[in-house]
Amino acid sequence: MNFVIPSFAPAIPEIVLLVLASLILVADTFWSKRYPNATYYAIQATLIIVAYLILSSFSTERIFTFNDSFVRDTFADVLKLFTLAVSFGVFLFAREYLLQHKFVSGEFFVLGLFGVLGMFVMISASNFITLYLGLEIMSLAMYAMIALRKDDAQAVEAGMKYFVLGALATGMLLYGFSMLYGATGTITFSTMQSVIASGQADGIVLAFGVVFVVIGLAFKMGAVPFHMWMPDVYHGAPTAVTLYLGTAPKIAGFAIIYRLLYEAMPGLVADWQQLVIMLSILSMVIGAVVAIAQDNLKRMLAYSGIGHIGFLLLGVLAATEDGFSAAMFYVIVYAITGVAGFGIIVALSRKGMEFDRVADFKGLNQKNPWLALMMLIIMFSMAGIPPFIGFWAKILVIEEVVAAGFTWIAVIAVITAVVSAFYYLRVVKAMYFDQSEIAGPVEIVSPQLHWALSFVAILLLALGIMPSSLINLAYLSI
Amino acid sequence: MIALSDYLLFGAVLFMISMAGIFLNRKNVIVLLMSIELLLLAVNTNLVAFSHYLNDVTGQIFVFFILTVAAAEAAIGLAIIVLVFRNRKSINVDDLGSLKG
Repeated sequence: MNFVIPSFAPAIPEIVLLVLASLILVADTFWSKRYPNATYYAIQATLIIVAYLILSSFSTERIFTFNDSFVRDTFADVLKLFTLAVSFGVFLFAREYLLQHKFVSGEFFVLGLFGVLGMFVMISASNFITLYLGLEIMSLAMYAMIALRKDDAQAVEAGMKYFVLGALATGMLLYGFSMLYGATGTITFSTMQSVIASGQADGIVLAFGVVFVVIGLAFKMGAVPFHMWMPDVYHGAPTAVTLYLGTAPKIAGFAIIYRLLYEAMPGLVADWQQLVIMLSILSMVIGAVVAIAQDNLKRMLAYSGIGHIGFLLLGVLAATEDGFSAAMFYVIVYAITGVAGFGIIVALSRKGMEFDRVADFKGLNQKNPWLALMMLIIMFSMAGIPPFIGFWAKILVIEEVVAAGFTWIAVIAVITAVVSAFYYLRVVKAMYFDQSEIAGPVEIVSPQLHWALSFVAILLLALGIMPSSLINLAYLSI
Repeated sequence: MIALSDYLLFGAVLFMISMAGIFLNRKNVIVLLMSIELLLLAVNTNLVAFSHYLNDVTGQIFVFFILTVAAAEAAIGLAIIVLVFRNRKSINVDDLGSLKG
């Protein structure tokens, strides 16, 4: 046996992220008393350093390392950069929330950073073990973050629910992995693809494995009928954590869908396509219809998130390279819009006033017209109304579905998009045409957040007017 | 001689028991945690059986990773259960219904 030292170079961003996160975790215990803001700034600096490391070594090559268990390609680099950008925004918003609610804790940021590490590993996974470890690093950090508010019974309950269903999802995924391993004799995606293509593997065992893998992925992404946890967790968790949960992990989730379904099992399209079609249609319909009945904005955004997952899966079910590119564009847009959507709740909530009911937004236009305009942009972008970026995301996935020959699914998608516009517009109507129920002014808690929120909302508009560079990026990456 | 299919059947039975434990259990949250462990053990049984049958050590290495992560997961799960008990003075599954989902 001779041991060859693997090349560490492709994994430098992850290694630096891990080292810095561990250092900050230790340092936080020493400096948190004297410098309460130090952890926050250290975390943001880490994100910037890692982004610089990725950008400085950006290449279009496809490099495998650690015995083919880790891959670095354009797809991974682009998604990692967006994960970093989205996380940066999330931490920026979350900090004000933590300050307002008097639970400033370094753990939130450190756990968040470890979550980002997990997402990185997921995005770069090239075999089952790496994928599983990345998923668990991310999930374990998120379970702890939800239950971080120890005295809040709702948050703890949400943490418990997320833990049980998350562990169940992982178990499903692993059961599928064990079947695929048994059928193909390998856990590496590239080898698995050639084994499946050669036709030596047992078809029934493979199909069995694919079903479990798809169910596990659906659980993790919150696709109907495996969505039960999403509204509860989004509602119960502190809004800062909801903001984290609803944005960056979706990018990583899409990455593992791509790695598993398209890189490892393109030979089994016939098996997984039917499942994904079912998940996609159910998610779009349930996401649109049930959201209408929600009074709580966080719950409404959770159901809207379920609907968005349905749209994302449209690109996946097309099972073409372009389809995945459209889905990649969709998930990036969804994550950015999510930062804005949950960000506005975070920016408005203060001690004793969560500002997460639709009724709280009544008459916002009279109290704070600029804020109402921002919310209008966010809601229109989520609904997919031109010229906002959400429109381009929807039109691309629908185009790809039509190109793949599923016109009837595209028709359902358009109908659900119209239905879901109803509840987005309900918020707009409340803001512009109803009388406010809140005495006193409505202000964003800090000037930085005011700028940040305006920036994200205007970004949604600017990208919507000039979407071509982002679209090209998504199409070049896959 | 025990055939591969016997091990797979055993794994499937463990899987079913853990599913039943998660979805039918209305009593104690700790039972949920036990069911999750059982689910991972079903996966481990499968992996080891396949690994032996294929004469390939990868599956057994995978099992080591799963066992380690399962321990970390149980630690977090138990910590959350302690929090639930502190907040509600009970760990019944039925009492976890304040969020209507």
